[in-house]
Amino acid sequence: MCLAIPGKIVEISSDNKESALVDVVGVRRRIDLGLLQDDKPAPGDWVLIHVGFAMSKISEQDAADQMNTLRMLGEIEVAVQEAEGYGLEDVPEDANENSREHAQKDIQ
Amino acid sequence: MRFVDEFREPELISKAAEEIRRLAGTERHYRMMEVCGGHTHAIYRFGLKDILPENIELIHGPGCPVCVLPMGRIDDGLSIAQDPNVIFAAFGDMMRVPGTQGSPLEHKARGMDVRIVYSPSDALKLARMNPEKHVMFFAIGFETTAPSTALTLMRAKAEGIRNFSVFCNHVTIIPAIRAILDSPDMRLDAFIGPGHVSTVIGCRPYEWIARNEGKPIVVSGFEPLDMLQSVVMLLHQLRKGEAKVENQYKRVVPWEGNRAALRAMAEVFELRPYFEWRGLGFISQSALRLRDTYAKWDAEQRFQVPGIRVTDPKAAQCGEVLKGVLKPHQCKLFGRECTPEHPIGALMVSSEGSCAAYFNYEHRKASMVNSLTSIA
Repeated sequence: MCLAIPGKIVEISSDNKESALVDVVGVRRRIDLGLLQDDKPAPGDWVLIHVGFAMSKISEQDAADQMNTLRMLGEIEVAVQEAEGYGLEDVPEDANENSREHAQKDIQ
Repeated sequence: MRFVDEFREPELISKAAEEIRRLAGTERHYRMMEVCGGHTHAIYRFGLKDILPENIELIHGPGCPVCVLPMGRIDDGLSIAQDPNVIFAAFGDMMRVPGTQGSPLEHKARGMDVRIVYSPSDALKLARMNPEKHVMFFAIGFETTAPSTALTLMRAKAEGIRNFSVFCNHVTIIPAIRAILDSPDMRLDAFIGPGHVSTVIGCRPYEWIARNEGKPIVVSGFEPLDMLQSVVMLLHQLRKGEAKVENQYKRVVPWEGNRAALRAMAEVFELRPYFEWRGLGFISQSALRLRDTYAKWDAEQRFQVPGIRVTDPKAAQCGEVLKGVLKPHQCKLFGRECTPEHPIGALMVSSEGSCAAYFNYEHRKASMVNSLTSIA
């Protein structure tokens, strides 16, 4: 839980400016940008992500350093699990459609 | 010095270690508390104790949210989820933490609907996906996590999602530091300040520690070099008889913190008059609860909460370890009744707790050496 994982913003959602698709430890997931309202990141920027929310903008070098720390702490595996959202996270592109259908089926 | 070669910048590490030895000299003993559990974990993992001279002692602070949560709160949260209509959602760290009737994971094995979530927003997503159920998010964490819970609640309110609530156990770091400084057996010289909490609260909230208590504090990053540099900065201050707040982790921590995060917390939370901490007892204004404007999403208002209180076993000396009076292995239960597999005391329940970190890295190392020697 206390892991801060660096991620690179791939795209800001067109329908929700406070949601972004990021590349994080080799996984793509959606994160919330609401806590960076005063200093909005753009695609290509690196952010430090904590429990699914971007907490601060960081440089590419800091992101690499942070990844190195996670590796040395033996936390990469946990970071990947977390980024994958324990099976809850929508996976973008094709698979995304499936999970949306799933979600809708659940709601119906 | 066994890990030095694995570090990214071994020359810089050796240089920092040399500087520390020079500054620390041999005449004085220095006791520094790292407040954050992330630092505690890193110190053991990186073997930093082997790098520091003997007269620098690191005391492991209260900054492990899982460790300081009283068992009664876990029981209370789980009792709400006895209702088959309720889904109990929590971070992975919570899953093995024992309540009196077992951990959330053990309750799941007995049929409770328990889900691991990475983010409070994933818990809200669960609520959207399961409109016929009620999703209760069991929230824990310091100021690093509290803004994310706050923002999730703001989104739930804006969307009018009614089958979602938060059982709030968020705590704040400053009152815990104050409680430690106020305790009569406290013997600390300086603090290594938490890194990620400070991205939210900034460095100003620590100013009283320097001004009123005369103790230096350096907000630090998590890499080995970060922590060694922080020790260097603290030694410089201590040798000059200064007490200032300094920021070693400037690349991530702004002096003023994250205002958007603080706004979200202020919108959703208010201070509880008091809250119990495992190992430290009741501390006034040390935790957050939901404001009345969020009562509909407050699990403590929506459900009957038994308000269970469980006293820690008398033999466990968590409080003394937390205040740095005892080292983890000096507790009577350490490594015998109390282990990471069967934690009795607070500090053994999470890898960020000082007893678990000590057990995993120091104790296991020592027993391995012992058994190897006995084989030889």
